[in-house]
Amino acid sequence: MARSLNPLSRADAAGAAALALVLALVLGTLAAVALRAEVAAGFGPADWAAIRFTVVQATLSAALSVGLAVPVARALARRRFPGRGLLITLLGAPFILPVIVAVLGLIAVFGRAGIFSTALGWFGLEPISIYGFHGVVLAHVFFNLPLATRLILQGWLAMPAERFRLAASLGFAPADIARTLERPMLRQVLPGAYLVVFLLCLTSFAVALTLGGGPRATTIELAIYQAFRFDFDLGKAALLALVQVLVAGTAAIVALRISLPADPGAGLDRAVMRWDAATPLLRAQDAGLIGLAALFLILPLAMITLDGLPALLHLPASVGWAALRSLAVALSSAALTLALALPIAALAVRRNSRLAEGIGTLTIAASPLVIGTGLFILLFPLVDPSRLALPVTALVNAVMALPFALRALMPALGQIEADFGRLADGLGMTGGARLRLLWLPRLRRPLGFAAGLAAALSMGDLGVVAMFAAPEEGTLPLALYRLMAAYRMDLAAGAALVLLALSLALFWIFDRGGRLDVDA
Amino acid sequence: MLTLDHFLVQWGDWELTADFTVPPGAKVGVLGPSGSGKSTLLAAIAGFQPLNAGRILWNGDDITDLPPVARPVAILFQDNNLFPHLTAAENVGLGLRPDLKLDKAQKAAVDEALQRVGLEGFDARKPGQLSGGQAARVALARALLRKKPLMLLDEPFGALGPALRAEMLALVDDLVRETGATLLMVSHEPADARAVADSVILVAEGRAHPPVPTADLFANPPEALRDYLGG
Repeated sequence: MARSLNPLSRADAAGAAALALVLALVLGTLAAVALRAEVAAGFGPADWAAIRFTVVQATLSAALSVGLAVPVARALARRRFPGRGLLITLLGAPFILPVIVAVLGLIAVFGRAGIFSTALGWFGLEPISIYGFHGVVLAHVFFNLPLATRLILQGWLAMPAERFRLAASLGFAPADIARTLERPMLRQVLPGAYLVVFLLCLTSFAVALTLGGGPRATTIELAIYQAFRFDFDLGKAALLALVQVLVAGTAAIVALRISLPADPGAGLDRAVMRWDAATPLLRAQDAGLIGLAALFLILPLAMITLDGLPALLHLPASVGWAALRSLAVALSSAALTLALALPIAALAVRRNSRLAEGIGTLTIAASPLVIGTGLFILLFPLVDPSRLALPVTALVNAVMALPFALRALMPALGQIEADFGRLADGLGMTGGARLRLLWLPRLRRPLGFAAGLAAALSMGDLGVVAMFAAPEEGTLPLALYRLMAAYRMDLAAGAALVLLALSLALFWIFDRGGRLDVDA
Repeated sequence: MLTLDHFLVQWGDWELTADFTVPPGAKVGVLGPSGSGKSTLLAAIAGFQPLNAGRILWNGDDITDLPPVARPVAILFQDNNLFPHLTAAENVGLGLRPDLKLDKAQKAAVDEALQRVGLEGFDARKPGQLSGGQAARVALARALLRKKPLMLLDEPFGALGPALRAEMLALVDDLVRETGATLLMVSHEPADARAVADSVILVAEGRAHPPVPTADLFANPPEALRDYLGG
C-alpha cells in the first residue's frame, strides 16, 4: 500500500460534520419514533387499510406512469417537430411543481365542476369525481408520467444511432426493430424507472391529503398526519411512522440491487433517425400520443392560470404573508442544502466514497413526515414545536433536496479536482482559499441548479409544515390547502398561481444566476 | 541537490525504480517512451504520487512525506496550469499567496514577473483570452515568482508548435540561469533536450537511469535510447 499524501483537512472535517448532522436528523428521529411507538396498541382495520392502499396505489400509479410513458417516449425519440425541445424541458417541470398547485389544476380539469365533467354534461353524461383512489392515481400519473418519459427517452437515445442505420439497411419493419433493439433496451430501463416512480408514490403525502382521505383512500403518510393532528396520538403516529420506514426501506433495499436511473437533465434534445417509422399511420399515432401527453401536462397548469388571474386582486393579506414566510423558508432551505451538500460532496470526491448514493437511499426510506414525527417527539418536551415550524420545515426540506444537490455537485466537483486538484495542491490552496478561489467559481452552474431545485422544492412543500404550523403561521402551500378545504376555489386558484409563479421564478433565478458569466 | 534513494513506485505489475543524484543547478532532460514513467517520476518528486518504497531528499533533507506545497518544487503540467476563471495576474499571484490576499509589494512583484515573461499589460486577461504561448508564459511567470530551487516541466509546451516551443524553452533556459534553479524537463523531442539540457535521465523498462551528460548520451546512445529513437 502506497503512503498517502492526503492528510485529513478542514474540508474533510466539515464534510464529516455535515454528514453527521444529516445522519442524526434521519436516524435520530427514527430512533425517537421507534422508542415512542406503541406497538401494544396494535393495528386497527383502518391502519391495515392504509398500508394496503399505500402499496396498491403506488403499484398501480407506477405501472400506469411507466406503461404510458413507453409509447410517448418512443414517439418523442423518433420524431422531430418544432417545440420538441421545449416539450421535453416541460416534461421536467412537474418535478419542481408544487404538488398542491398541480392538484388544484387537476381538479379544474377532472373535478365535478371541471372542464372534463362539463364536456360529459353536453352528452348527457354524469360528471366524474376526482376524489378517492382514482384521483390519487391520476395525480401520481400526472407527476410521474413526464418523469418516466424522460427516463425512458434517455434509454432510447442511449442506443447507438448506427444500430438503427444497420436495421434500416437490413429492411427492418417497426416490429423487427421493437424485437431486436427496443425490447432489450426497455428490459434494462423499465425496472429502474418503475421503482423510482413506485418509491415516489409510496411516500406521497400532499396528493393523498388533498384528493384522498377517508377509510378507502388514506396513505400511511396521511394516517401519520391524522393520528398526529386530529387525535394527537403520538404513540400511534410513531407506530405508523415505523411502518412507513419499513415499507419504504424494503423498497429501497430492492432499489439498491437495481441501479436507479437519474433524470439526465440535459442532452435529450436529439432525435433518433428512424427510416422504418415514416408511414402515415405511425406518424399520426405518434402525433396523437405526443399531443395527448402535452395536453395532459399543460391543461391543468393553463387552468390554474386562467382561474387564478382574476382572483389575484382579491387575495387576502394572509396569503401575502404566507408567501413571504414561504420565500423565507425556501431561501433558508436552499442555503442549508448547499451548506450540507458542498462539504459532503467534497468529502465524497476526495475520499472516493459512495456517500451520495447512500444518502439518497436513506432519505428515500425516511419520509419527511417520519422525520417530522421524530422531531416533534424530541422537541415537544423542550419547546412549543409550532414555534419552530418554519425552521424545522426549512431543515427537513433541505435534507430531502440533498440527494439531488449531491447528484448535481459531485460529478462537477470530481471534474474540478481531476483537472485542477494537483495545481491547487502544488500552490497550497487549501480550506477557505480552495473554496473561494477554485470550487465556488467553477461550481457556479451546479450550485445555481441545486439551489434553484432546493428552493423550488421547499417553496412547494406541503408536508412537515402541515404537522407543525399553527393555522395563521403557515406557508403558502398550507394557506392554499386551507382555502381549498374551505371550498374557496377561486381564491385557491389565485394563491396557486402565486405559488406556481414563485416556485418557477426561484428555480429560474438561481439556475440562471449560475449560468451567467461562466468562463470556459 | 536532488537525491532519489531506492525510489520505487508500483501500480500492479508496472513499476518505476530510481537511485541517483542530480547536482544543483543542473538542467536535466527526461527522455523515454510513452508509458515508461516520465510523468510519474516528476509527480513523485513534486509530491503528487506516493512512493511504495525509498526516499526523496533535497540537499540531504528527507522530503518524501511532505505535501506538494512544502516541497522545494515548482511544477508545470501538460495542461491545466492556469485556473480559467482567474485573470493572468491572479493566476500569477497565487504563487505568492494561495489565498490571493496580496499586499502592494506583492502586487508589484506580480507585475514584474509578468513583465519578465513579456506579458506586460496582460494582467487582467483570463486564460480564455490568451494564446497557448501566452498562457504558458503566465504559468512560467508564476513558477518564477515562487522562487523554488527545483523546477519540473512535464511537457507544458507539448501543444505548442515547434517555433513557439523553442521560444519557450529559451525563456525557461534564461529563467533558470537567472535563478540558479535545478531543472528537470520531460520531453518527447530529443532535440528539445539537446537544446537546453546539459544531462539526460533516460526512463525505460521500469527504471529511471542516472543522468548522463547530453553530448555523451547522444554520441554513444545505450540500447534503450537507440530503441526509443529508432534506427
